[in-house]
Amino acid sequence: MPNTPSFLARTGPAAVAIASLLVAWQLYSDLSGISQTTLPSPLRVAGQAWLNRRALADNALPTIRATLLGFSCSLAGAFLLSAAMNFFAPVRRALFPVFVISQTLPLVAIAPLVVLWFGFGLLPKILLVALVTFFPMLVALVQGYESTEKEITLLLRSMGASRWRSFWLARAPSALPFFFAGLRISITYAVVGAIFAEYAGATRGLGIYILKAKNNFRPDLVLAAVAISAALTLVLFAATGLVQRLAMPWLRLEQKPTR
Amino acid sequence: MRPKLELESVRKAFDATKVLDGISLSVREGEFVSILGPSGAGKSTVFQILTGGIEADGGAIRLDGEPLATRQGRFAFMPQRDALMPWRRIIDNATLGLEVQGVPRRAARDKVQPLFPEFGLAGFENHYPAQLSGGMRQRAALLRTVVQERDMLLLDEPFGALDALTRVGMQRWLEAMWKRHRWTALLVTHDVREAVFLSDRIYVLSARPARVLHEVPVPLPRPRDAGAAGLRQASAIEAAVLESLLNPEATEGSNR
Repeated sequence: MPNTPSFLARTGPAAVAIASLLVAWQLYSDLSGISQTTLPSPLRVAGQAWLNRRALADNALPTIRATLLGFSCSLAGAFLLSAAMNFFAPVRRALFPVFVISQTLPLVAIAPLVVLWFGFGLLPKILLVALVTFFPMLVALVQGYESTEKEITLLLRSMGASRWRSFWLARAPSALPFFFAGLRISITYAVVGAIFAEYAGATRGLGIYILKAKNNFRPDLVLAAVAISAALTLVLFAATGLVQRLAMPWLRLEQKPTR
Repeated sequence: MRPKLELESVRKAFDATKVLDGISLSVREGEFVSILGPSGAGKSTVFQILTGGIEADGGAIRLDGEPLATRQGRFAFMPQRDALMPWRRIIDNATLGLEVQGVPRRAARDKVQPLFPEFGLAGFENHYPAQLSGGMRQRAALLRTVVQERDMLLLDEPFGALDALTRVGMQRWLEAMWKRHRWTALLVTHDVREAVFLSDRIYVLSARPARVLHEVPVPLPRPRDAGAAGLRQASAIEAAVLESLLNPEATEGSNR
């Protein structure tokens, strides 16, 4: 691939930045004499994470499950709602304000209520993940449909295409770049949403693990769980990039000049 | 000879803004006719009425002598710019109209494929539009238009977005293609030279609300790019048309 920076050139700067932060943190922790129960060093966090790997894995799995299920529901819901809004303007006018209001709800208040209503099982986690992730995707999709080139719309009309055909032939594909932009924002909320839901009440999961570790004065284990959550988000974020490349093979052609 | 398409006093207003103020024109079978007018005159509105995007407020439209009742399916429309779908390969863009008509994808491809060499697109079937030059994209858009096999082609400023040199090349190419296929075509443009170069007749429209100022025949031999005498005549027609556009009051009606 000519003119494309090598893998090292693309990922190197981020690796250096993160490594520098960790080194600075480690040095501060070692040299300042701060208590390990206040600010554990990265090495201590890593060591304790390794010792508690079984417990961390046991608690990470329910979080991953809640994240993926919740996000899938959110994705399907956002698409169906956006399509309904596309075809029926009254639906858009009726529901859009409702969804905007849904985004103003403080998670701190709503999470315990959702747990109170739906119990300690999977359902409240799915609902909360969906609540925090569906809106960016919905907005992106609705805006993406509207981004359809006017000429393409006129062309399809002249060919006699129905609104349904036009949606699938032109409006949905036109929305793809917008959709992926929204997806990347949403996916970064997903893991945090699941953890918050577990924090409000769960039997297992990273959220409840963090709560217990905090109550036991184990900031090292809190940070270990946080690191896992960050890693999960990074993996999901990278996955969206991969899916976009597979779903939109023409995008890379548009970004680089032809020959 | 009965005209293929006839517009009689077609009127259209958007709210209080009159756009078309009684447009009358006709196109014969196998004729290349242009509608020439200033930007924003409502030229594209004529096409939108023909393709069913909007309703005329008054007047009559006849195709083959019959009132145009069912709008869809008689015209193959080529919109401004190329309107190629960036997510479809060139062959799939070319088959779009056939797909909408319900032709199975395989059959549509088989029908379009043999036309690629004539349109200068051989070997580019599986490229995406982003990989093609402006001129090639325009040829792909015309291919998508003609394979629909409709009664008439409606070309809406097809070369407006191209650079000057590519545009001239495309005009010559289109003229050669038209000579071979004798499509019945109606072209909308604001480029005087393009209209004179391609057309058998030109309708010159006024600024909004659009009326037909003149009907200008272009009795030049084809191909249009050959011969000094032809070029001189073309220049004379271009100058007259330009004058009528820039000074509509002075010349109105004189050429009717």
